Amino acid sequence: MTSTEKIISYLPYTPPFLFVDSLEAVTENGARGHYTFPADSFFYQGHFKDYPVTPGVILTETMAQIGVVCLGIFLLGDKLAGADVKIALTSQAVDFYVPVYPGETVTVVSDKLYFRFGKLKCQVEMRNQKNELVCQGTIAGMMKR
Amino acid sequence: MTNAELIVSLKQIVQPYVQDQEAFAQLSEETNFIDDLKINSANLVDIILDVEDAFDIEIEDDAMDQMLTVKAAIAIIQAKIATP
Repeated sequence: MTSTEKIISYLPYTPPFLFVDSLEAVTENGARGHYTFPADSFFYQGHFKDYPVTPGVILTETMAQIGVVCLGIFLLGDKLAGADVKIALTSQAVDFYVPVYPGETVTVVSDKLYFRFGKLKCQVEMRNQKNELVCQGTIAGMMKR
Repeated sequence: MTNAELIVSLKQIVQPYVQDQEAFAQLSEETNFIDDLKINSANLVDIILDVEDAFDIEIEDDAMDQMLTVKAAIAIIQAKIATP
């Protein structure tokens, strides 16, 4: 298992609420990863009636899982070995620019603002396959082993 | 810096994160940031980061677990100011 696969295996999510397919790079300063929204994802049944668009909360969740939680697992490093990671979203402020339709693949890139006293705060952005900015903002969470 | 002066500075730092304004109005050394002022743990981190900037000190990871009341915060800040 590669180190990025290991990070994904430590994620405390499972389908239908796992929004990380692959991690391209994770460093001390940020993470970069991808997710493809399957056209049969549960939320398209209701968002919207007869007009499926990926909900903003799901885009935010995808940014948090790839950009903040995966990075946090990397930063916790050895402290994490064999222990469950305890996480909580604590704040987010996100602006949205273009919609994401069923089947689209997105790339999430995060930059660490700080990780202190268990609080990880990041600047995160999401881009689509045309490299258009989908959404960006700051997301913070508490992470402990 | 006296404890009274410190409390004035601390109140300014804490205010933006307070969720119980009544408890904040009656703030004393016994006030607990989480139980009384209803500040969440993530904002407690922000308070500590603001305290570090305001007093030009660095607070260790384990000190945060003790820094739950005004009294404890003052003790930690005073000790840090005394030994730069």
